[in-house]
Amino acid sequence: MASTGDLEPTHYPARRAAQVALHYLNTHHGSPFRVFGLQQVHKASAEDVEAGGRKYKLDFSVTDWASGSAGPALRCSADVLFPRTERHSAPDVKLRCEALQQINRTAQEEEAFYQKHITPDSAVSARDIPDSYGNMSEEMQPFWRLARVAASFIMLRESSENTEFNMAQVASVTQQESSEEQLMLEFVVLLHDLPSQEIVQWKLLASWSPDRGVRVLQTEWQPRCPHATKPPN
Amino acid sequence: MRVYLAVFALLAAVHCEELLNGDQVLRIHVESEDHIQALKELEEDVDSVLDFWTHGFSTERPIDIRVPHTSLSAVKDFLKKNNVPFTVMINNVQELLDRETAEMVSNAKMERSTKSFNFAAYHDLETLYSFMDTLVASHPNLITKVHIGNSYENRPMYALKFSTGGVSRPAIWVDAGIHSREWVTQASAAWIANQIASNYGVDPSVTSLLGQMDIYLMIVTNPDGYVFTHTDNRMWRKTRSVNSGSSCRGVDPNRNWDAGFGGPGASKDPCSESYHGPYANSEVEVKNVVDLIMGHGNFKSFISIHSYSQLLMYPYGYTCTDIPDKSELHSVGTAAIKELTSLYNTIYQVGSICKIIYQASGGSIDWTYNIGIKYSFAFELRDTGYYGFLLPANQIIPTAEETWLGLKYIMEYVRNHPY
Repeated sequence: MASTGDLEPTHYPARRAAQVALHYLNTHHGSPFRVFGLQQVHKASAEDVEAGGRKYKLDFSVTDWASGSAGPALRCSADVLFPRTERHSAPDVKLRCEALQQINRTAQEEEAFYQKHITPDSAVSARDIPDSYGNMSEEMQPFWRLARVAASFIMLRESSENTEFNMAQVASVTQQESSEEQLMLEFVVLLHDLPSQEIVQWKLLASWSPDRGVRVLQTEWQPRCPHATKPPN
Repeated sequence: MRVYLAVFALLAAVHCEELLNGDQVLRIHVESEDHIQALKELEEDVDSVLDFWTHGFSTERPIDIRVPHTSLSAVKDFLKKNNVPFTVMINNVQELLDRETAEMVSNAKMERSTKSFNFAAYHDLETLYSFMDTLVASHPNLITKVHIGNSYENRPMYALKFSTGGVSRPAIWVDAGIHSREWVTQASAAWIANQIASNYGVDPSVTSLLGQMDIYLMIVTNPDGYVFTHTDNRMWRKTRSVNSGSSCRGVDPNRNWDAGFGGPGASKDPCSESYHGPYANSEVEVKNVVDLIMGHGNFKSFISIHSYSQLLMYPYGYTCTDIPDKSELHSVGTAAIKELTSLYNTIYQVGSICKIIYQASGGSIDWTYNIGIKYSFAFELRDTGYYGFLLPANQIIPTAEETWLGLKYIMEYVRNHPY
């Protein structure tokens, strides 16, 4: 029942495709000090393509999520292709954002954070970030953002036209032994899918350094209850 | 007599308490000139002791006199001797004063505790229920607590009814927390309840609204789920009913209404967060609201509050076909959002459920719209996914404040457009 041609920018088909583009943006440009959020979709259209996929063309604005809609906005355009294959496969994203390099670099904070935690005796371990009441300590914020960026890899990969993912909570973060000068972090994250309203739990191993950015090395879907339902997709 | 009076006066000056114990207020029914003469005599004789509450004597109206205990029999004898009819209006002035004082102290305490209720924090069910009682007690002429039934686990379900009188006046329904993990909604509803109560008599718009219509506000629409989010699983959404044949509990209370029930956008898997349940209104939480709405018969608006996503939506969810009143509801929604955004610049989108968020069957506002409650809306409050359900407590009041502006606009519109 999807429409081809121009899409209403405030309706969910355009918004879901834009969120996929956001996940892509965060995997490439997210850091412990920057996570991007969708500000507004300006224009959107969709068309069926050969081999049974559906391509969305989007014109939208993003902000540094922490500063909300008040922060300076970056204008982006993206092509998001959702393949229509038998087994789910990740959407393909082509993204262009203006002035990406000109946004306030957070190099200093990144370096300080890196130096603090790359030392052998750093062994960060925490649960429930934020907690039930939305509390998150100053110290935990960069770890939350790292989790959000790492989770973006999963959310990007798992997305389809029928999903709209957000990270609901970081269930745990456990620092592992550093490797090749990368911070190594094991996260358990709870993802929330809006259309199904399901909370999906994933365990993942991610590395980060100011130079190499975030990389996700391992992911593992986790059943939430003993009698869990099938994994998504 | 004079010495006695002087001592009495001294004692009165020194002791402020229990001064009027045993004093009575007599109501004198003056019927003739003779009665007036007698009263004048009484007045001249013991003026410093008798406390005339009415001044000037005439046969037109009764005269009230507070008579100190010690003078009671003398005064009554005098009145009887002169055939002046009287009745005892207040049997014991001190007793009445004590009761009044106790009431004032208790009211002040309750006002302090509604003032001391921390709206900028998330509270458990017991605390929210106790807040409701406090609010009702401090506004007894405006608010009553309506026990609409019990939850699956037998917890009482309460709606606050704001009413200035009448019988079954046209009414507006607002519910929060039907999905228990959406904590900012219950918290905002508590703030809004207090806001309505304080605005009445002060804000001309709210005052005029309540002069014509009643408001029913349900702060915790899913109490079992809410308790579970505190004790076991912060992300719990559904009711806590047992599903036969499954180890998974709970039904999505916003897929359980009789509107497109069981259609697309709801799951038939009991383990799913959007499980619609075995049949429409199977959930007692839903049935209780349905019964109240049907029994009342005069609701003109039904507004359900959820989080998160920052949206204001109108029907339908179960189908993407436009409702006949789409144009009107869309423009009401757009105007309401303009008010909301004006406060903190929080951006909301407006649209039908099916088009703006997802197709979802068995939703409450679809059912209410279909039974003729035209102004049916659903809010999704802050934020857009950054904190999601775990919205920090310091955002409760700003969220409640801006939501109130949007809600107020809708309510005023409903008041101004009777049907």
